[in-house]
Order: sequence, then structure tokens, then C-alpha cells
Amino acid sequence: MTTSVSGGLAIEGLHKVLGGRSIIHSLDMAVRPGELVSLLGPSGCGKTTTLRMIAGFLTPDAGSIKVGGREVVNLGPEHRPSAMVFQNYALWPHMTVAKNVGFPLKLRKRPKAEIAERVDAALTLVNLMHHKDSRPARISGGEQQRTALARALVQEPELLLLDEPLSNLDAKLRVKVREDIREIQQRLGITTVIVTHDQEEAMSVSDRIAVMNNGRIEQFSTPADLYSTPATEFVATFIGSLNRLEGRIEDGRVVPGAGVVGIRPEDVVFGPEAHPRGLAATVERVVPRGHFAELHLRREDAELRSYVTGVPPAVGTSGCARIEKWLEFEDGQLVGQGTPA
Amino acid sequence: MPRVLSRGVVVLLAAVLALFIIGPLAWLAVRAFAASWTYPDLLPDAWTLRWWSVVFSDRALGVAVQNSLFFAPITVLVSAAICLPAAYAFARFEFPGRRFFLIGVFAANSFPKMGLFVSLAALFYALNLMNTILGILVVHVLGTVVFMTWIPAAAFAAVPRSLEEAARDAGASKLRTFFSVTLPIALPGILVAAIMSFLSSFDEAQGTYLVGAPDYMTMPTQMYSLVLNYPTQVAAVFSILLAIPSVALLLAAHKHIVGGHLAEGFQIK
Repeated sequence: MTTSVSGGLAIEGLHKVLGGRSIIHSLDMAVRPGELVSLLGPSGCGKTTTLRMIAGFLTPDAGSIKVGGREVVNLGPEHRPSAMVFQNYALWPHMTVAKNVGFPLKLRKRPKAEIAERVDAALTLVNLMHHKDSRPARISGGEQQRTALARALVQEPELLLLDEPLSNLDAKLRVKVREDIREIQQRLGITTVIVTHDQEEAMSVSDRIAVMNNGRIEQFSTPADLYSTPATEFVATFIGSLNRLEGRIEDGRVVPGAGVVGIRPEDVVFGPEAHPRGLAATVERVVPRGHFAELHLRREDAELRSYVTGVPPAVGTSGCARIEKWLEFEDGQLVGQGTPA
Repeated sequence: MPRVLSRGVVVLLAAVLALFIIGPLAWLAVRAFAASWTYPDLLPDAWTLRWWSVVFSDRALGVAVQNSLFFAPITVLVSAAICLPAAYAFARFEFPGRRFFLIGVFAANSFPKMGLFVSLAALFYALNLMNTILGILVVHVLGTVVFMTWIPAAAFAAVPRSLEEAARDAGASKLRTFFSVTLPIALPGILVAAIMSFLSSFDEAQGTYLVGAPDYMTMPTQMYSLVLNYPTQVAAVFSILLAIPSVALLLAAHKHIVGGHLAEGFQIK
């Protein structure tokens, strides 16, 4: 399989009304060539609608979609330079794995020898040569997923679209397949858009993530940036875990106020000894989370969750909890970040 | 012990059922080769192939066989041409009156057949369709509309839209998608509908008799006169001939639909 330099994706002023309800409100997004971008958001946020408009299954009411600089918004899906991997894989049950993968080339009227060669290359890429002549019903979910991926890649598309590609796989396989997808994507340098509702999945594979809510992009940035500097309260709560408290922080304690304070659990430090910036706290609950534990702490000003590694303190332990870093929101927007003076 | 008992009951019930289904057919088969068969005897007194030669040498009966073999396949083709597009539309599009038409397809089956045929005959006299091939075809196709619409509609509806979308995404036009993806996947359902339509046309007697007799006699309409005018053995021979297509089609269906790879996608092995 040759490395193709694919074009980028540019979406401008995308708008869609479905059933009298505005689903997408003037959405803008630019994906750089070779970049992997996730559309992340809760169900009903418009991420799948957006992907289906990019693929050509839905016609936007307004806006432009450019792939590699070429306007595609008026083209049917069969004429767009994008290839999609469907959530349920959508393999054709009456064709073998090889026929499924070869069908897009057959449609392009490529010579038989070339089809055979490219099908073999695509199946080798996804490590599925041994199931070449199997029918989709006879192979496992993960293998079906890889077949669907091969069918998309064999087209050498300028843009690869994946709709919740991992949601039908079990947890262990999901991690493996998402690493495979990322590895192949980087090797081929193919511009990719993934729709997912799983923030961990988005964080682990994406160059950048567009967090969507109510048909709008709340923030479009790198995973690290989204976590450390969420633009809105929604992004802060959706990405990672957050202590969300009403009020503001003064001298290390939460005091009543108009805004909202967000504190990541790892920024709440609990220890047995008193600390000048801390307040007395009691452990109310301990939730083991594998290599760390989540503590539910009661302080006189608030209830806080905190992550600790190592052996967690027992329920009922008294100690001192301090806040090392926090985010300040007003009307849902980030207005500042705080650290102790 | 209770296990053996329950097994015995199952075997007994199966035997009774087999006797109930196969018994009359076996009687028919023996009858077709009997020279004479008097009441208390379990088997005929003498065997003969005379009744078969009667059937095969009788021109009227030969014509009836020919007519049946003409009308049944043509009926299936005409019915498919008319009903399959409708079935696809019912399965894939939401249009005004969809439910009304879907139920309306049952109209021909929801009245007593004879009443329908009499009013049809009145209409056919006005349209000069009595005693015509076209008239008989209309009657036969009418009887297949329900099968040819409902079963394929269900088959089309069962094809996941994402499979069609995947084909479009891969570069197929709407028409190509239909013929390469939708139709092959819906094919088992369409074959079942075609077989049922074939058999329904092959068995149709009342309407054919009313519209076609005496110019166009098919095997079932010929049966009426056979039962009245020929020895019972000839009717037995003719019944066996009439049953051959049904049995052959059902065996073929079993092999190709239930046993074939098409069943895999439907998990109805």
C-alpha cells in the first residue's frame, strides 16, 4: 500500500435542520492534511450528523465542505474522495472478505490483476490474508472491523471517516484496534475524522479533538490542551473528571460566589499532616480504580474527590486536603485559572 | 422409563402425522397404476400403465399441461415486474397513502373468490377479455399480488440501510447499489415469493375456468372434467403430474435458500 499524501478537510458555515430542529449551527472546522481528528460529544450532539454530511449521506442546508481544496458539498457519496468505516461495519454478507474489499475497485473498473494486488495489499495491511475467502458472517467482530477498514483503505481515499469504529468491540480488543488504526493512519499519512462518544478513545488516538455539544464545536484543540485548558465548563466536565463547585476560591477554601470552580481530582492533595494551605478533611469513601484510588473527602466548605496512588487511607481517616490548581468559569466560559498564591 | 415413554409418544405422533400427510398421496400413487381395485383388498388386483398412456395420448390433457406450464412462469414474470418495484417502494420510501396501499394489496384476497371472479367476468365481457390469454393472466396475477408485494417488501426492508450506504460510499450509483447489494441480499425472500406465486398460478382453477373455459384449459380446470368424465385412475395420474412442480420447487427452494450461503446473513439455517 502506497503512502498517499491526502488533502485536508475544510468545513465552513455548515448548517443542518432535521425534523424542524436545528441540529448543526454554522459549524466551522479545518483538518490539516494527514491529521487525525475526533468529533467527540454526548449522543445527540450532532457529531454523527456532521460525519454523514462529510460523507455525503446528508445534504447540509447551508455551508461548504472542501476535501483537498475541492468543494464536495453537491456531490453524491459515490463521487466524494472520502471512504467511511461504518459503526456496524456494513460488510456485504453475500460477498467474501476479498470481494468486499475489492468491490470499490471493481466499481472503478480497475483491471482484474490490479484489483487482486491491491486487495491483497490492503488485507495484508490489516493482517487478514488468512480470511480472504471467508464470508463476513464467519469471522469475529474484530476481523469484520478490520475488513471494513481494508475496504475503506483500498480506495486510497483523500479522507478516511470512521463512525464509532470501536463501539461494537469488547474493552480489550478496543484498545488494540484503536492502536492499530492510529498506526496505519500515521503510516499512510491519511487525513482521518473519527466520531466517538468515548473521551478516552478520542484522547488516545487524536492529533486534535473537536468537542461538540448541541450542534456546536465547544472547543477544537489537542487532547492535552483540552484537558489542561478547557474553554468551557462543558468541555471541562466532559473531558476527564472534575470537582464542580459553585462559588470561587479564596485562601484555599471555597467561598460562595457567582461563578463556578472546577478542580481536577489530581489537584486535590490529601495528607495526614496539617498544611498551611489545607483544611481539615475526612475520608468518606474510597473507590479503587486500579493503579490509583478515588477518595471522597468531606471538608467544612465542600465535598471533594481526590486521586491518590499507592495504598489509600481507610474510610474515616482524618487529615488535611488542599487545592493545588483550579479552573474558574463564568456563564459556562473559562475566565481564569488559579494556583495558590 | 418416562424418557423412553415420551420418546415412544413422539414417534407415534410422528407416524400418525406422516400417515395423515403421506397416506392419501400413497393411495393416489397406487391408484394411478391400478387396473382394478376392489374395496376390502389392501392392494389392487392388477397393475397397469394404461392410465398414464391415456393421459399422455389425450390431446386435451396435453394442451392443459402446456397451458399450465405457459401461464405459471409468465404470471411470475408479470407479477414480479409489477409488484417488486412496489415492494421496494413500500420498504424504502415514506409516501402519502403508504399504509392504505399496503393493506389494499389484500383486497383481492379478502372477498370470497367466486364473488370477485363473477364481477371480474362482468368487467371482462365489457373489455373483451373473456376467453383471452390476457384475461387469464390478469386473474392469475391478481392471486399473486399479496405474495409478490408483502414478502419482497419485508425482504427489502430487512436489508440494512448501512449496507446500501456502504456501497454508495464505495462508489456505486443508486442503480448499481440496488443490483449489487440490495437485490442479492433480498433474493431469498423474492425467490420464496416467486415460488409461492408460481404454485398459486399453477393451482388457480376457479377464475381460470370462468374466464378461460373452454378455450383455455389448464391442468387444474381440466381436473374438473377429469373427475366427472374419466375413470378415477386418470384423475390420480393427473393429480400426480399436478403435484410434480410443487414438490420440485420446494426441494429446490430448500437446497438453495435454506442450505445456501444466502441463509448465513439471515441466520435461518
